[in-house]
Amino acid sequence: MDSTITLFLVQDGLINGSIYALLAVAFVLLFAVTRIIFVAQGDFVAYGGLTFAALQQGSVPGSIWLLAGLGVIAGILEFLRERHTLTRPRILGILAGDFIAPLALVGVVILVAPYDMPYLFDMALALALVVPMGPYIYRICFRPMANASVLVLLIGSVGVHWLMIGLGLLFFGAEGYRAAPMFGANFVVGPVLVSAQSLLVMGATLALLVGFYLFFGRTLAGKALMAAAVNARGASLVGISPSFSGRTAFLMAAFVGAISGILISPLTTLYYDSGFLIGLKGFVAAIVAGFASFPLAVAGAIAIGIAEAVSAFFASAFKEVIVFSLILPVLIWRSIRAPHHEED
Amino acid sequence: MSVLLTATDLSVSYGKVVAVHNIAIELPGSGIVTLIGANGAGKSTTLLSLMGVLPAKGKVMFDGIDITRSPVEERVEMGISLVSEKRDLFSSMSVEDNLRLGCYRRNRSHGGEALEEVFGRFPRLKERRHQLAATLSGGERQMLAMGRALMARPRLLMLDEPSLGLAPLIVRDIFRIVTDLKDSGIAILLIEQNARAALEVASAGYVMELGEITTHGPAGELINDRRLIESYLGIRQ
Repeated sequence: MDSTITLFLVQDGLINGSIYALLAVAFVLLFAVTRIIFVAQGDFVAYGGLTFAALQQGSVPGSIWLLAGLGVIAGILEFLRERHTLTRPRILGILAGDFIAPLALVGVVILVAPYDMPYLFDMALALALVVPMGPYIYRICFRPMANASVLVLLIGSVGVHWLMIGLGLLFFGAEGYRAAPMFGANFVVGPVLVSAQSLLVMGATLALLVGFYLFFGRTLAGKALMAAAVNARGASLVGISPSFSGRTAFLMAAFVGAISGILISPLTTLYYDSGFLIGLKGFVAAIVAGFASFPLAVAGAIAIGIAEAVSAFFASAFKEVIVFSLILPVLIWRSIRAPHHEED
Repeated sequence: MSVLLTATDLSVSYGKVVAVHNIAIELPGSGIVTLIGANGAGKSTTLLSLMGVLPAKGKVMFDGIDITRSPVEERVEMGISLVSEKRDLFSSMSVEDNLRLGCYRRNRSHGGEALEEVFGRFPRLKERRHQLAATLSGGERQMLAMGRALMARPRLLMLDEPSLGLAPLIVRDIFRIVTDLKDSGIAILLIEQNARAALEVASAGYVMELGEITTHGPAGELINDRRLIESYLGIRQ
């Protein structure tokens, strides 16, 4: 392996690692705030990428019906849950947020999808369609069992994953799609050819990670979310609503997933079930971080990206086996190093 | 004196086990009321249910408003704060961040003033403002928990065992601060293992046994109640 191949593999690893890093951060965030190991995190990647690809091709993405359905179900559940305490402003709020907004978005998509819209407009529309699914899924599936054990929540998230996979097949079909790149240019850096889209992926990842760092480190809202992760009851006692924290965490996770899918859709062909394997690698990075540390999750994700690229070069048939086998030494090391400790 | 909080027919269960059974509590708009009883009598459960942390049956009114179905955050917004027995601090966050989060829901626009007030009341916290909460001593953790609750400028402050596990000198400081808070006009509901100390600073008290309130009245009368003295104050006459 000469230096050109090494550089190429590192580049490949960094691009993949960037996406895994974003997903790992989402896994850690969701687990820390809600105790949910959200297996369906990768499905947001597939939904984001495929919705964007469909809009670019001028067709109406089937995911609009999922958004509308989730909104209506969440709204009905909200009415039932709050039936004894409903006020007029609250009724209007539920109607606007859960019924009118998603249905209006569906209408907009049906109207504009056949036209050739600007790249950024399609991106924004794809995000607007996929990101709200996160909080809706939390409200419908996880808020009612917020006090359940981690195992029950995990089973719930597996259920959501299979539902999203099944609906994904229905909405997008079994064929794969690839979107056009935002920038088609390529650059020659030393011996390596670097595509502008690859730089966009890494740049966007870096920007998002810096954004997360500033949000959690500098803003009261970010600190409140971290507080809910550190000590849920303590957070509740200062008025940080566990439900609001859960919705916010799912909103951020869905955003991370959808934007990841949009960014990689010009680099790789996405299928309705592609998100699972991509998500699983972010999940491995989250395990490396013990589902607790954001910097470790990022470092683990980059390491997994590079390990994947190198193993694909040397033993492509065993690529996934090698990547997932990395969990074992990490788990053994963590179980030796980190004794069990109770919540604060 | 005006009534700030009333709880009637309040019952709390953990599954099939009834921890608090049909109790009634009335708290005035100022002064200290104490809730005393043996371990497992249901005191902490009562406070958690008044805060909305535990679901309860019955009716809770705060300042004339029915808050029975209100979630914790609404009760915080209305001016109820609880310093729990476990303190429930954000251990991996700094002292200052812990305090600032205290006014997340209420009094946020005056957070800066409230922070200075808390630092004035607890100078030790000011010295350690950049330190992680996990690195504080037991007394400092208690001060931080109380300071965080005070950041919201509550109308009712509920304290669950503020002296638990602390050295006698620090316990004295904590009781001095509780008395100062009472003098500043905050209504306080106090649970305390040291029943005598609690009754000495309180104006009224409730005695709980096996999830029920068995006696209540002015603190001056309770402190001279022979049965109470033998049961809870550890003194045989």
